[in-house]
Amino acid sequence: MTWDWGAVADFMPYFWDGLWVTLQILVFGSLISFVLGLVWALLMRTPTRWVTWPVGAVTEFIRNTPLLVQLFFLFYVLPEWGITFSAMTTGVFAIGLHYSTYTMQVYRAGIEAVPVGQWEAATALNLPLRRTWTVVILPQAVRRVVPALGNYVISMLKDTPLLMAITVLEMLGQARLFAQQNFQFTEPLTVIGVAFIVISYLASLALRALERRLVH
Amino acid sequence: MSTDTHAPFEEKPETPRATGELIRLERVTKRFGDHTVLDNLDFSVDAGKHVTLIGPSGSGKTTILRLLMTLLKPDEGVITVDGQQLFPAPEKQVREVRKKIGMVFQQFNLFPNMSVLRNITEAPVTVLGMSKDAAEERARELLEMVGLTDHLDKRPAQLSGGQQQRVAIARALAMRPQVLLLDEVTSALDPELVAGVLDVLRDIARSTDITMLCVTHEMNFARDISDQVLMFDSGRVIEAGSPEKIFNEPEHDRTRQFLSAVL
Repeated sequence: MTWDWGAVADFMPYFWDGLWVTLQILVFGSLISFVLGLVWALLMRTPTRWVTWPVGAVTEFIRNTPLLVQLFFLFYVLPEWGITFSAMTTGVFAIGLHYSTYTMQVYRAGIEAVPVGQWEAATALNLPLRRTWTVVILPQAVRRVVPALGNYVISMLKDTPLLMAITVLEMLGQARLFAQQNFQFTEPLTVIGVAFIVISYLASLALRALERRLVH
Repeated sequence: MSTDTHAPFEEKPETPRATGELIRLERVTKRFGDHTVLDNLDFSVDAGKHVTLIGPSGSGKTTILRLLMTLLKPDEGVITVDGQQLFPAPEKQVREVRKKIGMVFQQFNLFPNMSVLRNITEAPVTVLGMSKDAAEERARELLEMVGLTDHLDKRPAQLSGGQQQRVAIARALAMRPQVLLLDEVTSALDPELVAGVLDVLRDIARSTDITMLCVTHEMNFARDISDQVLMFDSGRVIEAGSPEKIFNEPEHDRTRQFLSAVL
């Protein structure tokens, strides 16, 4: 096996394309998982079983089935029902949805960790329930859950290559394509491996900076 | 004084201040599991009075405050405040009646994510619909009264326990309640910080017509501010009277035992 810098140079244009797609998946997938996860967590706190039971069942189901199966399902089965999205849109939604079933548990723990005295003070001041959530409980809960949410972002990064299975050309997809066309596997796979480490590392740095800012 | 609406103590209730009976509990029972904390309790407080509840822990004193603040619901009975039922009552009415009541907690329960100023202005702005400027003006006056003018932009975590508790008192007063519930407000404080908080409360007791219901183990404070002292034991009032009577000539054995233990 020899290392060919020429192959690295040839791969770079494809690498940048793949990197851009990977980052988009990560950013939009994370945003979806943050928002949906919070929605699930709040719905699970409603007092009626007609809400908590279906939400609990659906999220449990999503959390306990493989992301790859969900990707295939959304990409190949939904069109049969006349619902069609691009591979990228489907992939981003699927990964965001999948991870939202984890972030909901993070939010739940964060909400439960807010001392009961905060609820009592809000009641004593007669704050409306919505206001109690938005200015008292959630700001404190979110602060607590940032580290755990960040860990899921890094997890998600490592799951982005699964989107290759539904034809999304993220980094691994580009590397494989390049490798198959040029019969050179070492260089493209090494380049994207390094890229994954660098992105994880930068993400964890950003996360730590955010945590520091959020400490009150 | 033309700006009397801003004066910290100058209460300006929307309805005329009640006289006579302000708080009434009738046949109130509260159980936690098999344990009956309050047993068929009848109890009332007149407007403007300062009533201190004393007794061994677990005797139901704090439970009364928490029932009045609607942090707990009784299992049986009727609770009335200023002629309006607080329990049983629909949620809308509870919200109205609750406006008349403020509470200061043992653990302060300030909002750690807000500045001192915002802790005090949040509820007047969102609940009473005060303008931000008016609410801040009043907050400054209240902070001056509790001696914390220099700290309004700080977060609660930057303050000592005693300072936090004084902010909590200001926060409760900012809502212009008719009743102030004080739940062991110095119990979580380091000994050297207790006096500052009690001085503020003495000040409020002396210079306002606010009705105070106070659970405390500070017997000297209770003696100073109280019009009436109620001795609780096992969910019942076993003795009631002026502080002089309760502290100097208690009639009940349990009262004597309790006082000799704490004094």
